[in-house]
Amino acid sequence: MASLRDLRRRIKSIKSTQQITKAMKAVSAAKMRRAQENVLAARPFARRVRDVLGRVGSASVGLKHPLLAVREPQKVAYIIVTADRGLCGGFNANVIKRAVQEIKDRPNVEIINIGRKGRDYFRRRGYNIAQQYVGIGENADMGLTGEIAKYVMDKYAAEEYDEVYLVYSQFVNVLVQKPAVQKLLPVEPPEGDSDGKKVDYIFEPDAEQIMGKLLPMYVENALFQALLESKAGEHSARMTAMDNATSNAADMIDRLTLSMNRARQAAITKEISEIVGGAAALE
Amino acid sequence: MAEEKLQRLEVVTPERKVYSEDIRFVVLPGSEGELGILPEHAPLVSALKIGQVRVQHEGKTLKIAVSGGFAEVRNNRVTVLANAAEREDQINLERAQAAKERAEQRLASGGSDIDTARAEAALKRAINRIKTVS
Repeated sequence: MASLRDLRRRIKSIKSTQQITKAMKAVSAAKMRRAQENVLAARPFARRVRDVLGRVGSASVGLKHPLLAVREPQKVAYIIVTADRGLCGGFNANVIKRAVQEIKDRPNVEIINIGRKGRDYFRRRGYNIAQQYVGIGENADMGLTGEIAKYVMDKYAAEEYDEVYLVYSQFVNVLVQKPAVQKLLPVEPPEGDSDGKKVDYIFEPDAEQIMGKLLPMYVENALFQALLESKAGEHSARMTAMDNATSNAADMIDRLTLSMNRARQAAITKEISEIVGGAAALE
Repeated sequence: MAEEKLQRLEVVTPERKVYSEDIRFVVLPGSEGELGILPEHAPLVSALKIGQVRVQHEGKTLKIAVSGGFAEVRNNRVTVLANAAEREDQINLERAQAAKERAEQRLASGGSDIDTARAEAALKRAINRIKTVS
């Protein structure tokens, strides 16, 4: 049995770890609330853009635009969104696993990493990384997503990429984050209305120019949305992980305290029996 | 008089929903000129320029500054999709003025074409905000 001193030392160290995990949990909970609000506030826009694109797309079939051009996928780019930091359970690992699964059958892949964890993983394994964005902080901003979107759209229009995918973690709820893969380019306009009726729009100035603006907006927004979802997911994953860690630490402290008390009792018993034995020997 | 027909106006930005009400009449800053939309308007999609969405309802006018984007009109629903939009009562005049001065300084100091274009756009947005408030 471990000595009394060792047990005390271990309990102390676990307690301080527990304090850290508790604090991290509290911080994540606060950040998560904000991130969650952001995601929920941003969803209507994403949905509207998709709706409008679907309706406009089906009202202007046959329209040619560089971002709609479908090509044989020779060179494919993957935008992989992970967190910058770890200690959030399987959050990063799940996204990375999903991405690797997607990539492994493709011969010619370039990776665009958003988030340090994904970047580290793919860099260490010698993948072909075209761009990396790390340390983007708490708030995804339109400037950054605009920049990334512009990069892939330019490459796509120049036919350097034939397809662009987005791999990120979808925020379903606080307990569930689902890795998701979304085809970003070529843009596949979602189906129009469920009733299948085509709306006969008046376009101002004309369908081509509308599409020319709507498509980049759609791509940019998809990226922006992915970043928000990922952020909210990261914080909720970390909160859950830290909650588990805190309660695991509590369990461990309980068990160690029990064995410490046993050890103490054993020591006392031993001492008493030694004294009794000693006294008996004197008689 | 029969009950007034209304249409739903929604102004949405990537960050949040700015406005969502049933209203009577709205003027949109279309790229080809202002568009007045009454209920039962024919389906329409228009690009918007930097300007003001003016809502008229129950005798009051509300101005919303938008920085370009789109508007879709369909089934008595007007949807405005803009990268940024602020109701007149939400605009921070001091910030808008500071942004205007910053943009003007950048324009004055010169720089590459991209910087100039950006500064011009920023200036337009700032002026638009200031105009919307006053």
